[in-house]
This record gives sequence, structure tokens and C-alpha cells, in this order.
Amino acid sequence: MEGLTLSDAEQKYYSDLFSYCDSESTKKVAAHGRVLELFRAAQLPNDVVHQIMELCGATRLGYFGRSQFYIALKLVAVAQSGFPLRVESINTVKDLPLPRFVASKNEQESRHAASYSSDSENQGSYSGVIPPPPGRGQVKKGSTSHDTGQPRTSADQQEPVSPVVSPQQSPPTSPHTWRKHSRHPSGGNSERPLAGPGPFWSPFGEAQSGSSAGDAVWSGHSPPPPQENWVSFADTPPTSTLLTMHPASVQDQTTVRTVASATTANEIRRQSSSYDDPWKITDEQRQYYVNQFKTIQPDLNGFIPGSAAKEFFTKSKLPILELSHIWELSDFDKDGALTLDEFCAAFHLVVARKNGYDLPEKLPESLMPKLIDLEDSADVGDQPGEVGYSGSPAEAPPSKSPSMPSLNQTWPELNQSSEQWETFSERSSSSQTLTQFDSNIAPADPDTAIVHPVPIRMTPSKIHMQEMELKRTGSDHTNPTSPLLVKTSDLSEENKINSSVKFASGNTVADGYSSSDSFTSDPEQIGNNVAHQRSHSGMSPDNTAPPPPPPRPQPSHSRSSSLDMNRTFSVTTGQQQAGVVAQPPAVPPRPQPSQAAGPVVHRPVDADGLITHTSTSPQQIPEQPNFADFSQFEVFAASNVNEEQDDEAEKHPEVLPVEKASDPASSLRVAKTDSKIEEKTAASAPANVSKGTTPLAPPPKPVRRRLKSEDELRPEVDEHTQKTGVLAAVLASQPSIPRSVGKDKKAIQASIRRNKETNTVLARLNSELQQQLKDVLEERISLEVQLEQLRPFSHL
Amino acid sequence: MAVCVAVIAKENYPLYIRSVPTENELKFHYMVHTSLDVVDEKISAMGKALVDQRELYLGLLYPTEDYKVYGYVTNSKVKFVMVVDSSNTALRDNEIRSMFRKLHNSYTDVMCNPFYTPGDRIQSRAFDGMVTSMMIQVC
Repeated sequence: MEGLTLSDAEQKYYSDLFSYCDSESTKKVAAHGRVLELFRAAQLPNDVVHQIMELCGATRLGYFGRSQFYIALKLVAVAQSGFPLRVESINTVKDLPLPRFVASKNEQESRHAASYSSDSENQGSYSGVIPPPPGRGQVKKGSTSHDTGQPRTSADQQEPVSPVVSPQQSPPTSPHTWRKHSRHPSGGNSERPLAGPGPFWSPFGEAQSGSSAGDAVWSGHSPPPPQENWVSFADTPPTSTLLTMHPASVQDQTTVRTVASATTANEIRRQSSSYDDPWKITDEQRQYYVNQFKTIQPDLNGFIPGSAAKEFFTKSKLPILELSHIWELSDFDKDGALTLDEFCAAFHLVVARKNGYDLPEKLPESLMPKLIDLEDSADVGDQPGEVGYSGSPAEAPPSKSPSMPSLNQTWPELNQSSEQWETFSERSSSSQTLTQFDSNIAPADPDTAIVHPVPIRMTPSKIHMQEMELKRTGSDHTNPTSPLLVKTSDLSEENKINSSVKFASGNTVADGYSSSDSFTSDPEQIGNNVAHQRSHSGMSPDNTAPPPPPPRPQPSHSRSSSLDMNRTFSVTTGQQQAGVVAQPPAVPPRPQPSQAAGPVVHRPVDADGLITHTSTSPQQIPEQPNFADFSQFEVFAASNVNEEQDDEAEKHPEVLPVEKASDPASSLRVAKTDSKIEEKTAASAPANVSKGTTPLAPPPKPVRRRLKSEDELRPEVDEHTQKTGVLAAVLASQPSIPRSVGKDKKAIQASIRRNKETNTVLARLNSELQQQLKDVLEERISLEVQLEQLRPFSHL
Repeated sequence: MAVCVAVIAKENYPLYIRSVPTENELKFHYMVHTSLDVVDEKISAMGKALVDQRELYLGLLYPTEDYKVYGYVTNSKVKFVMVVDSSNTALRDNEIRSMFRKLHNSYTDVMCNPFYTPGDRIQSRAFDGMVTSMMIQVC
């Protein structure tokens, strides 16, 4: 760097400019910052600007030190004077006018610039050009103007402000505004042919040097203002205020201008667009990062491999060491690849570094990838624990909408809601079934002994009932409430999809905010479910609601309706229900045995049932050892009931289904089951028609029941007695159970009754659940409508 | 707790070496250099068996009057050598193992960085920080 000699005026002018540009007071000015704007304000062609920057060495260093800055300014002056840019010209060109920085292109300015090109320090010449007012003779330092300007110091201070104000408003019209402003305070300016903004800059420098050019020109037109300007410029405070005004103007210019270069240009824009929080990514930046991400990796959920990222960031021309550090900071999960979030963080750090910000030691909070919990939860599908992983609810799956945080926050709710959805049927059904059962059994059987086992019976069967319902949901469409079931399935599917895809959809945010490392959801799903997401997000708060409500109101409703539904259901879903029903009835018998006092009414039946069982027990006994393993698997009550039911069911005309059940049973157990079943079926030839449907739809269940019942029979006869009593009670509760001749018939009838009761209960449960589904769907629809109302623009 | 930590490449040139600057670091460098022979010895001795079964932690390489030198080798023949003060009797084997594990993890993180070419000196600040945390107590 050649030695640079500056005149005093230049020195002062340059130092002011430097301090202005060096807003961070780091003694160096990052390139592409205000300096670039400043140089562009110099109205020099771009290539000249670049040349200047190269000459001064800023390109080498990557920033402008004070010396580089001064050299650059000098070169600007050289260029503006029309001299060829040479390193030597820094010092060789004498009497160089101060560099001019204008906010607008104005011919008048250029003219004045031309006039400036003359010896700026030669006030005499200027004064020769323009009749200087007496007081303006001493332009240098403006010190002399103090005499004349002092009385108008206050007014002067206004003066300098006005010139600064005008460029901010509209550069092209600055001359006029300048004129206006200049006239305003002074009120005496006849005309201000000077290009408005042009002299604004120069006055600064000229203030330092009291450049005669501006003053002279101004003085030519209106004595007072220049003097005022002098005074104002001479005084440091006004100058500083003027300087402070400049940032605003510069920024305005910045916003007006558009940088053409690729990354650097964008980086400049990024920088100028307010780094309030140094590490906060604005939306505009974010969008830009996302677009850049897409150029490398079209899938916003995917990764950018390390090699591709390396190439990309190497283009930023940062030193490898710094890039390495940026990578360390941004690759949060240390997987050697960048997700969208990580990429945005890295890009942001690169931009910051290029603009002169030092890299932090640790990744700032605002740059941390927010989808860590997403990955974990997306894979597993469990959410609540994982949601809080990254430490902020907003870090949950970024949603597509701009209201990312809100949707993110709804995500945990959704997760929870989805969980609740999944468990909903169980929960609601359990409570409902319990209630149902009580209400159902209580009136039917006044005997409290029977009532007690009922709830217990429902509990284990609840699961089966739910399974049945799920099966019905999936397969049964003949059910009158099938639409509901279908909807439920859809809803549940949606929920499941939401729970899993929300992560993905969040990731595939239009802005690409979210990045999922381990998301496996398809983009299609994401696209499809984005819409769902919103609706579900809206639903999410309500999703939590549905599970609780059903237990309270619905039991009553369901009962009222389920009875009807039961009848209708029994026709269509008899088989399925039968299977399910078969299980619940199996439960009561067992608990009943525990009770000493069985239902008196059903005792005889019990006895019959017992006899029946005992009669069959010997048949079963030899086979029971085979089923010993199974006895421990399920509830004994269920097994007992099943056994009895099986006996009776077998006696039903619906022996075939029993046999069908037996077939799977055989597959499960041994042919012994079949033999036993056959025996039972033979015994139960005269079937009781009371039970129209045989609970044999689910073959394995009846088989299990049978097996268990056998086991039960073997160990405890008392239990059988009780169970049979219960069964009998259940059967007795059912209408039209003729006591056919023969113990088998009675047993069958009892089992039929039990099955019917189970059917009823299950049907009721079904209806209740369907009701719940309907309610939830309605709520969902209403929420969606509300959402649409609240977000009309989402459809725009 | 460690007085000196070194990462040696497969070709037995140092990728990273840092010691607590209490006295002449050259001594530590020399110790590390001589320990490489011991490391090679241990590797070759166990090399008869399947390489996979080879334990990464080599244990105490050799003790000197004031110091003990521990070794650890990765499957890619990158060696970590740690010199600890003999007077620090509180240091147990498990602690040494955990320190090597941390070193290994940090090293893999460095390797994952695409801007790091294997064979270069390790200049990662995160790695430096981790090593400092291991050595800080000696200071």
C-alpha cells in the first residue's frame, strides 16, 4: 500500500466516512456493506468500483481497514475527477476534490462535480467563479464562516439536516427537495441549482475542509445557506448528527438498490436488512436459503451430503478453517450431512461471516435445528416425551403454514391427541362398556351377585370388543353405522398419518423450515397431509377433548340408541358380535363362582348347566390337559364362560360356526378340541333358537373359550357351578329361552343367553363408539370450518 | 488430568498434539513418539487374532518415573496417546477409557466434517475444547 497523503480536509472527511461505515467500531469495515453503498453513491461504474476495491487492497484482505478505506475514497475521488485509476494516482493527483457520494444521479450534480474537480481547496478560484459573499471568503475549515455563521448556528444546524433529509425521500427529486429544504430553514435561497443530494455528501467533507466548491457554489446562489452549512459542518456535533443521518439514507439507498451479484449480493442485502438479533434468520433469508437448498437437494426432507455442501460453501470463498468451524456448528446431529435446518444455519453463518461477524463458539439458539424431536418421534410415533426434546414446543414439526410456531406447538398436542385417538376406543369403550354392562345387567338380573361380575367381565373382553370393533371398522360395511366406522377408520388413519406425517409435512413446509433427518414419510403424503395438518392442527386441541366426553354423556345416549342398534346390529353383525359376545359372557361365570350366593332363579339352570358341564367335563377332561397352557393365557372367567358357551353354542343349530371355530382351534390346539366340540355339538343337537346368532364369527375366540372353559372345568367344579349360574343368569335374563329337555339343552340355552347378552353389550358399545365418532367428526368439521373462516387467506 | 494428548495418524505422523505447557513440551512430544513403538508392538501382538476382536483400548503403554503413557488405537490405525501424571493416583482405568472414548467421538466428529481432509492437522475448535476439558485439571 503506497503511502497516502491526505490533506486535512480529506483526512477529516475520510475519517468521518470511515467512522460512519465502521458502525461496529471494529476498525475495519467489511466489504459489501455500507462501503459498497457508499461507493455506489459515488456514481461510479461498477467496474470502476471493483477496480478501486482491488487497488486499495480490500479485496485481498476481505475488509476495509482504515488505510484501505482512505485509499478507496481517494480513488473514488480520482475516478470522479476523471483520472485513470492507478495506484500511483493516489498521491500524484493533486488538488483532488473530495469524493462525492450522491444518492441520485443528477446532471447538476455532475456539473457540480465537474466544478468540484477544480481545486477544492482553492477557495480563491471558486470565489472567483462565484462571487463569494464577504463572509464566505474563507471556505477552508469553515472557520471564518464561524463569524458569519455563528449567529445562525442554530439555523445552520437545521440546514445540514435538510440536505440529509432530502436524499432519503427521493433521490431523483432531491434537488427540488433540497431546494425546498434549504429554503425552508433559511427562507432566503433564491435557487438551488445544485444537485440536491450531491452536495450533501460533499458538504461533509467540505465541512471538514471547508471546501470551497460546495460553499462557493452555494454561496453563489445563496450566501446564507453555505455559511450555515459551513458552520454546521465545522462543528463536529452537527456533523456527527449529519453523519448519523446518513445511515438512514444509506439504508434507504440500500433498499433501493439491488445488488446483482450472486451470493455476495444476497449477503449484502441480508446484512442491510437489519441484524437486530444477529443470528436471527429473517423470512426473506430463510426463503433464500431454502431455495438454495432446493438447488442442491430437491427434497426438502432430505440431506445434503457433506461433499455437496463442501462444494457449495467453498464458493463463498471463506477460508476452509472457518468453513470447517461453521460446519461443526451447524451439523447438529453430527451425521456428516445437512438437513434443511442445518443448511439454513450454516448458510446464515456464512453470510454473517462474510459480512464481518465473527463466528460464535456455539451455535446460537435461533439457528439450532428444531426438528430433533421430530425425527425421534416421527419414527416411533410417540410424541409427548420426544416433543420436549429440543427444548421448545415450537421445535416440534414445523408446519407448512407461516405460523410455524403455532403449528409446531399444536404438534405435540396432535401427537398427544393422536395417542389419545389411538387409545380412544379402548378408553371410551372400556368406560362405556363398564357402564353399559352395569346398566344392562342390572335390570336384567336383579341379583347383585350377577351384577358384580359383569363389570369384571367387561374389562377383559373390552379388549376383544375393541378388537372386534376395529375389525368391524375395517371390514364391516354392511353395518348401518358403517359410514361412521369408515369415518372412524379414516380419521384414525388420518390421525396416524398426521402423527407420522406431520413431522414430514412440517418438514416440507413451503418455506422448508423443517428438516427431518429420519423422516420416511413420502412427499406425497406430506402434500396430502399438509391440508390435513391444518385441519388436524385445528382439531388437535379438540382431539384431546373427544376422548373424555364420550364416557360422560354417551353412555346414556348409547344405551338408548344401542338397544335399537343392537337389534339391528345383531342381524348384520351377529356373527362378529357373536364371537365377541361369546367372550364377555365367558367372564361372568367365573366371577360368579367366587360368590357364594348365586342367582336363585338361575340355580336350577345352573344346576342344569353344571350338570351339562359336568357331563361334558369328562369329555373335556381328557382334552383339558392339552389346553392346560391356554388356561393361563386368558381370564379364567372368560374361559369358563366360553366353555359353557361353547357347550351351549355347540348345541345350537349353528354348530357349523362352532365347527369353524373348532377348526382354527384345532389349528391352535389339537384335534382333541374338535372331538370335544363334536361331542358337544352332538349333545347340543336340539339347539335353542333363542340365540339367533352364534358367537362364532371370530373362530379363534370361540376356540379359545372352549379350551379355557375346559381348563376351568377341570380344576374347579365350583367355579363351573358359579359360572354356569352366571351363564344361566345371563341366559335367563334373555327372553325366550325355553328350557329344552336335557341338560345339554339348558346349558346351550344358557350359553345362548349369555351370548345374546354379550351381543347386546357389544352392540351397545359399538353404537356408543360410533356416536363418539360422529361427534368427533362433527367437531372436526366445525373446526375445519372455523379454521377456514379464520384463515381466509390460506386459500388465496 | 492428562498432561499431553496426541493423535497420531496411520502413517505415524501427528495429527494433533497438545500438552499442558508447564515445562518443555518437547519432552512430551518425545515420549509420545517413543510410545508409538509400543503401540505398534501391541497391535502386532494382537493382530494374529481377528482385527475386529482387537480391543481399541491398549492400556498402559509404559510407565516412566513421572508419567504414565496410555494408548488407544482405532480400527483405522489412528492412534491416540495420552500422557498422565504418575502422581495422579486417583486416575482409574475406567476414567482413562472414558477419556479415550471421548477423544474417539470427537475425532469422528472431526472426520465427519466435509471440510476436513483426512491427514490434515486437526484444527477443530470443538476438538480443542474437548481436549482442553480433559487437560484442564492439571493446570
